[in-house]
Amino acid sequence: MNGQPKHSFLAKLVVRIPYAWLIAFFLVPFLIVFKISLSQTAIAQPPYTPVFGLASGWHGVSNFFAALSLDNYGFLGSDPLYVLSYAKSLEIAAFSTLFLLVIGYPIAYAITRVPRRLQAVLVLLVMLPFWTSFLIRIYAWMNILQHDGPLNQLLLALHIVREPPTWLSTNTAVYIGIVYSYLPFMVLPLYATLEKLDESLFEAAADLGCPRWKTFWLVTWPLSAPGVLAGALLCFIPIVGEFVIPDLLGGSQTAMIGQTIWTEFFANKDWPTASAVAVVLVFLLVTPIVAFQHQAMRGAQRD
Amino acid sequence: MRKVSLFNLAALVLGLAFLYLPIVILVIFSFNASRLVAVWGGWSTHWYAELAEDAPLLESAFISIRIALISATAATVLGTLAAVSLVRFGRFRGRLLFAAMIYAPLVMPEVITGLSMLLLFVAISIDRGFWTVAIAHTTMAMCFVAVIIQSQLVAFDVSIEEAAMDLGASPLRTFLSVTLPLIFPAIAAAWMLAFALSLDDLVIASFTTGPGATTLPIRIYSEVRLGVKPEMNAVCSIMIAVVGIATVAASLLTKLGAARGAPAR
Repeated sequence: MNGQPKHSFLAKLVVRIPYAWLIAFFLVPFLIVFKISLSQTAIAQPPYTPVFGLASGWHGVSNFFAALSLDNYGFLGSDPLYVLSYAKSLEIAAFSTLFLLVIGYPIAYAITRVPRRLQAVLVLLVMLPFWTSFLIRIYAWMNILQHDGPLNQLLLALHIVREPPTWLSTNTAVYIGIVYSYLPFMVLPLYATLEKLDESLFEAAADLGCPRWKTFWLVTWPLSAPGVLAGALLCFIPIVGEFVIPDLLGGSQTAMIGQTIWTEFFANKDWPTASAVAVVLVFLLVTPIVAFQHQAMRGAQRD
Repeated sequence: MRKVSLFNLAALVLGLAFLYLPIVILVIFSFNASRLVAVWGGWSTHWYAELAEDAPLLESAFISIRIALISATAATVLGTLAAVSLVRFGRFRGRLLFAAMIYAPLVMPEVITGLSMLLLFVAISIDRGFWTVAIAHTTMAMCFVAVIIQSQLVAFDVSIEEAAMDLGASPLRTFLSVTLPLIFPAIAAAWMLAFALSLDDLVIASFTTGPGATTLPIRIYSEVRLGVKPEMNAVCSIMIAVVGIATVAASLLTKLGAARGAPAR
């Protein structure tokens, strides 16, 4: 950092240990997934034909490339199960992100309105449930949404419904679970952006006779765009691959893609297909991830 | 002048109620005497007593805690090294790939991380079990640790380090006796986050585990898949209490860190 640093052996080690760890346990595994997605299914243990033939020299290497096939990807395209599963995941992720924005924005905005001291407490209160186990929070909703659970008892007591509606195993339950679990991910980036906005801008708008809703639409909303984008991506990307929420709260009509990978893997023992599904999912998500990186870097430069 | 409108107030109250009511309801129902989860049968600690007899569940809890201790510690060491590399070593060769590998796991769906880890362990034919889960959790958690420590190091006043080195301290000595004590609260908070992540994880553990290493979330998941159970309400309430206490402790530590990092008044 100071001009030309002389990197001692120790300094090199500081970089190399975590670097090597990530290559070994993040990059290499992913390359293996990619490789297996190109290999044939076999009824054996492991359930794919291992085509790492480096022991047999050049012949092995050429065999290796000859054995690669795009069959699994063709299979994904031809079976509507997978296409529907991707479509459903993207649809649920898009709508949940929208709901999260609509619910999270007023909360984030309201936090910036209270005195500073209280703001820190409120941020902590929003964060706290995020630390509690994902599984437990979804399980809490299984309690509430069950047929004779608290929600239906309340609705019956208030005479809002005559017959208790079924909540579990519906898309509604999945949306509730997702919005509940990801709300902190939406509120915190929004709050971080809104909190930095210059108060005098709103005063200026008010002095010039601009109504409050118009000030919001013309000043606050455009200025909070980076926070909206960060929050939307932080929610959208993991929701697409969500497994626990649709599995515990959703029905069996159409599986989300995370469930499809899980089923292919654990139930059908079709590792090459599971890998192909995973690779396609990663490529679907790469665009928003790159967009997010770009956004994060721009944010870092501004600060 | 800041004004809290009625709309703002409603957003806060409803938002917090939405976040906390489900957890409160879960905890209340864990003290329900009735076996029927939906029928209130009076207060009772019956289900907690039942837990103490559930040997497989206790064993799973013990496994989970051991994995979380090991992986949180390893992840804190690796993540701190990674953060120091990113912030203090400028532009070294391969920095872009390094940064990408730290950020990618944060947003990668867990199903894919779990699947790829498992395929690695199969490819190098390692028996899956306790240690494979620990390695997988370390890898996932070290990225979170790196991001937390990195943000602390960026905000750090470099002139203190420079002063130490000007006075003849070696970089290692400077790090150990100046930087490390100052960022220690952040490191402690990162360790707790890593611990909580490991204790929490279902998906990655399900892929990388083997016989004899059923973690607590895997056990809970297999129990609740088929519906709500009073014993599970009790387990979940205990976990909520543990995590709640740890979180408050972690946030106090971070606050302490922020106070220490700030220039003297």
